[in-house]
Amino acid sequence: MIRLILILVMLASPLWALSPDEMLDDPGLEARSRALDHALRCVVCQSESVASSNANWAEDARRTVRELVAGGATDDDVLDFFVARYGEFVLMSPRVNGSNWLLWAAGPLMLLLAMGVGYGYLRGRSKTAAPQEEALSDAEAARLREILKE
Amino acid sequence: MITEFGHFALILAFIVAIVQMIVPLIGAHKRWPAWMAVAEPAASAQFFLTAFSFGALMYAFIVSDFSLRLVTLNSHSAKPMLYKISGTWGNHEGSMLLWVLIVTLFGAMAAWFGGNLPPTLRARVLAVQSAIGVAFFAFILFTSNPFLRLAVPPFDGQDLNPLLQDPGLAFHPPFLYLGYVGLSMAFSFAVGALIEGRVDAAWGRWVRPWTLAAWVFLTIGIALGSWWAYYELGWGGFWFWDPVENASFMPWLLAAALLHSAIVVEKREALKSWTILLAILAFGFSLIGTFIVRSGLLTSVHAFANDPERGVFILMIMAFFMGGALMLFAFRAGTMEAKGVFSVVSRESALVANNLLLAVSCFVVFVGTMWPLVAEMFFDRKLSVGPPFFNMAFSPFMLVLGLILPIGSAMPWKRARILRAMQPLRYVFLLALAIGGLAFAMQTGRSLLGPIGMFLAAWIVMGTIVDLAQRTGRGSGRLARLTRLPRADWGKMVAHSGLGITMMGVSGLMAWQQEDIRVAQFDEPFEVAGYTLTLNDVVTSQGPNFISTTGYITLAEDGRQIAELRPEKRIYPVAQMPTTEAAIDYDLARDVYVVIGDEQVGGGWAVRTYIKPFTNWIWIGSGLMALGGLLSLSDRRFRVAAGARKAVPVPAE
Repeated sequence: MIRLILILVMLASPLWALSPDEMLDDPGLEARSRALDHALRCVVCQSESVASSNANWAEDARRTVRELVAGGATDDDVLDFFVARYGEFVLMSPRVNGSNWLLWAAGPLMLLLAMGVGYGYLRGRSKTAAPQEEALSDAEAARLREILKE
Repeated sequence: MITEFGHFALILAFIVAIVQMIVPLIGAHKRWPAWMAVAEPAASAQFFLTAFSFGALMYAFIVSDFSLRLVTLNSHSAKPMLYKISGTWGNHEGSMLLWVLIVTLFGAMAAWFGGNLPPTLRARVLAVQSAIGVAFFAFILFTSNPFLRLAVPPFDGQDLNPLLQDPGLAFHPPFLYLGYVGLSMAFSFAVGALIEGRVDAAWGRWVRPWTLAAWVFLTIGIALGSWWAYYELGWGGFWFWDPVENASFMPWLLAAALLHSAIVVEKREALKSWTILLAILAFGFSLIGTFIVRSGLLTSVHAFANDPERGVFILMIMAFFMGGALMLFAFRAGTMEAKGVFSVVSRESALVANNLLLAVSCFVVFVGTMWPLVAEMFFDRKLSVGPPFFNMAFSPFMLVLGLILPIGSAMPWKRARILRAMQPLRYVFLLALAIGGLAFAMQTGRSLLGPIGMFLAAWIVMGTIVDLAQRTGRGSGRLARLTRLPRADWGKMVAHSGLGITMMGVSGLMAWQQEDIRVAQFDEPFEVAGYTLTLNDVVTSQGPNFISTTGYITLAEDGRQIAELRPEKRIYPVAQMPTTEAAIDYDLARDVYVVIGDEQVGGGWAVRTYIKPFTNWIWIGSGLMALGGLLSLSDRRFRVAAGARKAVPVPAE
């Protein structure tokens, strides 16, 4: 039993994300804070948002978000605050600026390109002269004769 | 001793694979029947040897043979039997062995059931398939040998990652691999046909069942993985746009595109070179997926087993197969002449649009997944691309795809009129709009996601049903004709409705989920969205290889108890890891999802409750998609008619 308790104490890190004592009383501010949690990446985790992570860092980040929000910061202020300290990596969704235009535009551009190529192909297909029934190769003709004979 | 036999069998399989890679290829080139015939027994031998080797490794896991390094690192004597078995592939070395086992399985299947292929094509396909095997045999034997012994075996092992000790995850990797590797068959057929210099309707018909099977397995594998994430990770997400998830999603998208374009090849002898390219790329993305998972190149929650050194090896394999196949494609694509002529508005064009959308959406996922790497290398920006980007950049493609699906599938081949195709669908369209409008009116908030999802789902499901009904023609006896429709028609209907239903689940969950986090005191009921939850007790108990803290919660609606919920958190002492086991009250309309947290200083326990509408439909839809694929696969055409064309082989040169 002592061993069990020891283990439990050793692993007493919070098992799951946001806990009740972190939450703000004002539901509106809390809702905004939660949206911000989802927009921030836990920098010590593997590919998890601050909202879903159990790491201590994420817990601190959630508290910071709530302090800032309660202090009257706008959403952008909060994001800027984190970007200034942890770099762009802390954002779940990259901002649309500089080279990131490439990322955001990649899909639509590719679609335009694909539609162009696709349309060209379809036009080509529909303009091709009606096909003559394709002549059989010698081997096929021989086989056809064989089948007909049977 | 069995371990050594297993090791030996693996080396033997490697050698057989080398023979099978070279001899039939030369045979097919020189038209020596004896040399071509080598492929068949070699494929069987390869499979049985690899299966024996895999069995030997599994045996070592079952009897907990800790003299094996792999078993020590990934198993524990107290682990339940199911996870001892699944532990065989719950690690890097074992999973690669499973991978190559499936490569040889598909090779053997092609040998057993490919009797009606032209002998040269069959020899070439089997040789290419074997070349893939050779690469991965070498990878296993030289960089990640599962059969290494330890000089000093320990008394007990270090246990499997507890997150992996779950029935859902025990079967997730095998299905995923069956899908990934199944695409190797499409690849082999594509390369075989390129060497052969001949792609025709028959080729389309041969390659389709393999692609279909691979796609079905991928669908099941992805669905299992997402279901597992939903109930195991403890916050009820089902898809995280994690690099590793994307890695499995990209081949799925391309395989779906390939399925549809192969239909055009089969029915209309058009889109040939595009289909070949798709087959090559689909397998290429499977390799990229393997590379991403195994190299740890991108940060991912799936970082269970990775090693940069091995990544380089897989990168080389990928470069070889993709480079080789694409080069061959560049040389030979010109020789494949399209025959079918069709107008800009036709079933063919609708399938082209389907392919464009699927391929571009795959491209978007690919760019998003790789962007952090590109940005760091070329723009010196360290950033991350997460779910918000993917949701925004990917979803529009699915929206358009859903919109055109019923119209496209109602259009006839060759030449169609949009208005005529729309005619039987117009009531359905209005009804679907009404359903979307109703959803909009009933919801709180102004998000359009939910209503659009409901509209699309209704439109797709009802549209495909109308389409099926149209196929029975007019007049009496339509019901009888309905039962006699080919299974492929039924498969199409079921799979397409599955897509619609999954869309409904995803949008419903994302739009209307409710969350509640609070400190619950014993026997003090609390309300969440019309449901009353009461925490009655919290009990600590000892499991086979973990310590569990279980909450006893009753769930009531309108004063009537509807469920007893047992959310649990577990601690695995050996692996030093906690896991959450959410308690879920499943229902078709909504899931009530409860997680228990920590005991609070001021008394009471933290309890987190989610109401998740329509969630189960995500997996029901996926199941229907897989079922539709299976129905199509069982169509008579594939079983019988594939043999109809036993043409005399035409010289490649």
